Amino acid sequence: MKNSVSLALLFAVAFAAPSLAGPTLDQVKKRDSLVCGSNPGLAGFGLPDDKGQWTGFDVEFCRAVASAIFNDPKKVRFVPLTAKDRFTALQSGEIDVLSRNTTWTQSREVGQGFEFGPVTYYDGQGFLVRKKLNVSSALELSGASICVQQGTTSELNLADYFRTHDMKYEPVAFATADETIKAYDTGRCDVFTTDMSQAYAERSKTANPDDHIVLPEVISKEPLGPAVRQGDDQWFNIVKWTHYAMVQAEELNVNSKNVDEKLKDPNPEVKRLLGVEGNFGEGLGLTQDWAYRIIKNVGNYGEVFERNLGDSSKLKIKRGLNALWTNKGLQYSPPVR
Amino acid sequence: MTPAAFLRTHSEPVRPPPAGQTGFVHLVRERLFGSLPAAIFTLLAAGALAWAIPELVRFLFIDAVWSAPNGDACRAPGAGACWAYIWRKLPYFTFGSYPEDQRWRVWLTMAMGAILIFWLLRRSLPGRNAAAALFFIVYPIVAFVLLSGAPALGLPNVPTDLWGGAMVSLVVAVTGIVLSLPGGILLALGRRSKMPVISALSTGFIEFVRGVPFITVLFMANMMLPLFVPEAWAPDRLLRPLIGVVLFSAAYMAEVVRGGLQALPKGQSEAGQALGLRYWQRVRLILLPQALALVIPGIVNTFIALFKDTTLVAVVGIFDFLRTVDTARLDPEWAGPNISATGYIFAALFYFVFCFGMSRYSLGVEKELSRGKTH
Repeated sequence: MKNSVSLALLFAVAFAAPSLAGPTLDQVKKRDSLVCGSNPGLAGFGLPDDKGQWTGFDVEFCRAVASAIFNDPKKVRFVPLTAKDRFTALQSGEIDVLSRNTTWTQSREVGQGFEFGPVTYYDGQGFLVRKKLNVSSALELSGASICVQQGTTSELNLADYFRTHDMKYEPVAFATADETIKAYDTGRCDVFTTDMSQAYAERSKTANPDDHIVLPEVISKEPLGPAVRQGDDQWFNIVKWTHYAMVQAEELNVNSKNVDEKLKDPNPEVKRLLGVEGNFGEGLGLTQDWAYRIIKNVGNYGEVFERNLGDSSKLKIKRGLNALWTNKGLQYSPPVR
Repeated sequence: MTPAAFLRTHSEPVRPPPAGQTGFVHLVRERLFGSLPAAIFTLLAAGALAWAIPELVRFLFIDAVWSAPNGDACRAPGAGACWAYIWRKLPYFTFGSYPEDQRWRVWLTMAMGAILIFWLLRRSLPGRNAAAALFFIVYPIVAFVLLSGAPALGLPNVPTDLWGGAMVSLVVAVTGIVLSLPGGILLALGRRSKMPVISALSTGFIEFVRGVPFITVLFMANMMLPLFVPEAWAPDRLLRPLIGVVLFSAAYMAEVVRGGLQALPKGQSEAGQALGLRYWQRVRLILLPQALALVIPGIVNTFIALFKDTTLVAVVGIFDFLRTVDTARLDPEWAGPNISATGYIFAALFYFVFCFGMSRYSLGVEKELSRGKTH
């Protein structure tokens, strides 16, 4: 199996390389649309709505990239990819950017020839418990029975965490996510564990979502972000700075509603970001108002988070690690200057 | 001449069967309680039904939520199936992400297909040859142009990654069904051919395709094809599994058809030769009409299997009907304890209606074709 994979990759490099000769940006402009690898279905991150329009946090990132290039968030074609074929699709040049809750790991970046952009969402494994248990920290979970999906890294992380903290627990494993949450909902166990983002989505499947809370502890690192192919630095820069522009905008309190007024803002940082002063878009191969386009069409980081994952959505995910660095989070943007 | 005293002049009136040998009571006694094991099984089955049916009726009808603006009503304790959710998501289940203002094109394509199929299948309607020509040659072209678009005709392009739902399932199934029968016939004839190259090629193809799982064919088509050809030539994401489906079902169809050809006595072909018919004339006039009639159950069986196999294209990221049902249930607006069950019950109904329809139709055709036969 391993051999056939490396063989496939060898073919990929040998055959796909010629088609990647031109910079990705030129191809995207020629095609007049961005091709974005997306999740086939993850609540809050990438999901078709009633009309079949793609919505979600990862989806909006692609719309932001398209806005920066075309000033039109609709010029994106979404290719829903399974966990298995997402890397082949990126490798073969079928998609321009992979924005599909993909965990940034060393082997993926070094071994497979990808470049991961900034972390758009800091995920990690968390715990869902009933409010009436009156538990406020995972450290109080000693002796609890915990529902977990079989054969996942969640199961392994769980074992590690309880061993490190010298606590006892009773694992109750199920084959599918659906069975697991159902068992938790019907009282088969006290705690449900999975990735944080998933825990919030699963919570909405319970009979009374408001009866459950997600504990603050995160017991594993799952940094999610967009990925591109190595070897096209200009394209990589565009993807990187799309995210940074959105974070910077939130920091400077520029959002989709006030961005037109902010054009007159005397703050030099705002002026540079919105292209009133200097021409920072040119270095990216974009126009002077690249960041203005992103903010006007899609919004700043906080707006996108709020709309898809935060309190305006059904998921009601707390910002947590994804708050700005000024609010004790990890989202931080290098300055535009 | 006096009538012989021992001859009866009238027949005795037919007497009814003895009491207790007819009617409901007899049926119950004979069929359900005919012996001790039968009685035990009857009681067990009745018990199981009595236990399951009220609960099912409660879930599906009595406590079901028929209309609601969002999932809150369906989350209430004791609520049954959430039909409101199916109703809300029905457009998505039918069209996937196909642009809303262009969906009339799908309706039109489906309507044309339905009319043609009806025309083709009703054996009493006139002009069925014309219908066949329309359905097998003209319709695929028209459907392709309508669905994927032709800017020259004022129809904007709709790339296949926006297609989804029942529409994609039907496209895959109809393409597979329409192409696999001729493909299978050619392969079956090829395998029986006396020309060694053709026979070896056909046999090799059939055995190779039947020797690997369908999912492998799909993965190969999906992951290897784009690696081997430059980006510009790479087949469309929907076309790749379509090719896989056609190849796969043609191989199976070939063996079914070959079974029919095998069953014909050698004399049939020889009689044709004696009449001076050429090979294709013999095939068209003598062999195929008999062979295909013999294997209708097998052919329909393959079609039904193919229709259900279309759900496998989901593994390569195509949003077929089942996949849209599977995705829509994740919507946090609706997600709840009963949403998955409701979605899957609805999906089961969808597939059952189509498969049962095909099966009933084939029974009808079989009856009609066997009418002239003595055995």
